[in-house]
Amino acid sequence: MTAQPFHRSQGDMLTGRAAPVATVGVIGWLRANLFSSWFSTALTLLALYLLSLIVPALIDWAYVDADFAGDNRFACKSSGACWAWVDQRIDQFLYGRYTADQTWRVDLAVVLLIPALAPLLFEGVPFARQLRWFSLAYPAVATLLLVGGIGLESVPTDRFGGFMLNLTVGLAGIVLSLPVGILLALGRRSRLPVIRVLCIVFIEAVRGVPLITLLFVSNIILPTFLPPDVTLDSLIRVIVMVTAFASAYMAEVIRGGLQAIPRGQYEAAQALGLRYWQTMGLIVLPQALKISIPGIVNTFIGLFKDTTLVIIIAMFDILGIGNAMLAHPDWQGLSTEAYVFIALFFFVACFSMSRYSIHLEKRLDTERRD
Amino acid sequence: MAQNASARLTGRPGWQRLWSDERTRGLIYQLLVVLGLALVVAFIVSNTIANLQRVGLASGFGFLSEQAFFDINQKLIEYSSTSTFGRALIVGMLNTVLVSAMGIVAATGIGFVAGVLRLSPNFLLSRMVGAWVEITRNVPLLLQIIFWWVLLTGLPKVRESLTIGDSVVLNNRGVRLPAPLFEAGFEWVAAALLAGVAAAVFVARWARRRQELSGQSFPVAWTGLVLIAGLPLLVYWIAGAPVAWDVPRPTKFNFVGGFNVTPELVALWIALSTYTGAFISEIVRAGILSVSKGQTEAAGALGLRPGQTMRLVVIPQALRVIIPPLTSQYLNLTKNSSLAIAIGYQDLVSVGGTILNQSGQALEVVGIWMAVYLSLSLLTSMFMNWYNRKIALVER
Repeated sequence: MTAQPFHRSQGDMLTGRAAPVATVGVIGWLRANLFSSWFSTALTLLALYLLSLIVPALIDWAYVDADFAGDNRFACKSSGACWAWVDQRIDQFLYGRYTADQTWRVDLAVVLLIPALAPLLFEGVPFARQLRWFSLAYPAVATLLLVGGIGLESVPTDRFGGFMLNLTVGLAGIVLSLPVGILLALGRRSRLPVIRVLCIVFIEAVRGVPLITLLFVSNIILPTFLPPDVTLDSLIRVIVMVTAFASAYMAEVIRGGLQAIPRGQYEAAQALGLRYWQTMGLIVLPQALKISIPGIVNTFIGLFKDTTLVIIIAMFDILGIGNAMLAHPDWQGLSTEAYVFIALFFFVACFSMSRYSIHLEKRLDTERRD
Repeated sequence: MAQNASARLTGRPGWQRLWSDERTRGLIYQLLVVLGLALVVAFIVSNTIANLQRVGLASGFGFLSEQAFFDINQKLIEYSSTSTFGRALIVGMLNTVLVSAMGIVAATGIGFVAGVLRLSPNFLLSRMVGAWVEITRNVPLLLQIIFWWVLLTGLPKVRESLTIGDSVVLNNRGVRLPAPLFEAGFEWVAAALLAGVAAAVFVARWARRRQELSGQSFPVAWTGLVLIAGLPLLVYWIAGAPVAWDVPRPTKFNFVGGFNVTPELVALWIALSTYTGAFISEIVRAGILSVSKGQTEAAGALGLRPGQTMRLVVIPQALRVIIPPLTSQYLNLTKNSSLAIAIGYQDLVSVGGTILNQSGQALEVVGIWMAVYLSLSLLTSMFMNWYNRKIALVER
């Protein structure tokens, strides 16, 4: 610095120099993100210390020191986790008490879910047009596969259990709660006072109480509302209640989206001579739903997690099966293993849903394209 | 005459004209809906009456004064198995309120800390907090509640209790803490606390008015701390420490003294506050991110320090975005506390369930549940709306 003259004629150009080593590349990144100040350095060291405590211990517990085979918990001799039960009980965790030689139907229904969902979720799927017809037929196909009929042995719904019960209730709730939620949201903004008031009362009453009370209602009160000779399948009752619960939340999410659509859009649609349903279906809802995607997916995720509540009305979903196993003398005390295992199922399902919603938001974001 | 003329003009018969009138059509739709609803209600009511007569159940709330023959181990007010159903429900409701209030306080704290940490420029820290948030948010709450409960009831038995400094005892029957015994003279300490709070509020108002008039600032936070904490401590010392501590003592079979917090309450509290805290942290993060960078830069240009920028510029603006979704998280927490039934914490739903099984008064119990939860929700919303209005942007 001192050697250079202070004044410089305009013609002189300094030759370019590489950026200082400390600000680029790995070192630059480390300095900017981990060691930017003494405080940040302290935090980094603390975090590294915590990680060094947790991660190796976790790996040791879950894998290195774990036992994977055996007939009961006494076969597990090492200090880590005891995964011996997985091999023995996995069928129960997945299918509950579903008729043992028929579980291929559940597998098939899950496999068929891929072609049914793919054209709805992703762009550029081959045969998307034909597959969409299959998506539309999927609920009927899956019901047929799971419950039976047309040559398939019938499986009563009280044998449904394990993760397939969570999937059944969750998927049925998701498929039903979106349209019901849309109708409720439109009803709440309707100009007809009777419909508006009814929708408001329904939405607020359902949102005001916990899901458990609704499940109790379906179990205990619904029979008193019906003639004595009429009984509703308990799986259907649960699906109805879960749908009612989720659709009230869905309605509020979608109402938020509807409120964000400028009045001009409604007026322009009317000026074009579109009727109410045309206005909503072609102009307003496509925009409103796009805005509401994060909220809608969050409601789906909440609904899926809430399917574990069926254990409170004595249905054995994956959590119920886990608790039942932990009550068995062979596997008592393995609660951490069992709950971690169950948590993984939900984590994978819910986390991928939330990642997908972020992806979809970006894909549909027409504002910032070009 | 006029009608005939318009019929000639539009060339349609009268009923079609009526149908193409939007208002008439709306009226007809609504009439149909009311009619349908009335039919459904009539069907339900007639079935219900028939069913209730068949099992010989009297409807009404008379059962509330009957004796409840069950016990409740977690209670805030006097209760025994000779008390009435009505009192049992009140005990349950208070338990719901207790765990919800504890959960809301803890969840708010966890959520704000985690939300700010997640925005930390430190890569490792923000990722670790992010991982925790994702795991906690994406695992069912019921699973988490049961997990914590199993963990806490798996603590050592009474004989091998863990103790912290001879005053806190941890075992599988819960956490036993020292209980304060208030002796004569304590009322002066309480009075000093009230006086301290009042003085702090007064100082804060005076300092704000002075700052608005003259621009001079005043260390309100420190003065407030000294007034609120220092004054009662001083009086406590002058009055000769009028609080004795009832410390847990071991007996042959269990500990006595102090007060016991059941593992159910602790498990429910931990699970509710971490689960809701994870959601709140996302809300806080979104709120802080919603304040444009220009605000921070402008505050920096005015010479505010980073801490001041956060406290005076960013947080007040972020709060406007944070409060509405925060309210619904509080409501969710209150409703989620009903999952207590899975681990036997006797909240409103759990007690109601027992009463429902004993008395068979299903309709009434469910009615009480709905009424209580709806009023709790309304109260929380009212408070949060009041707070929201207070911090709302003042526009022309």
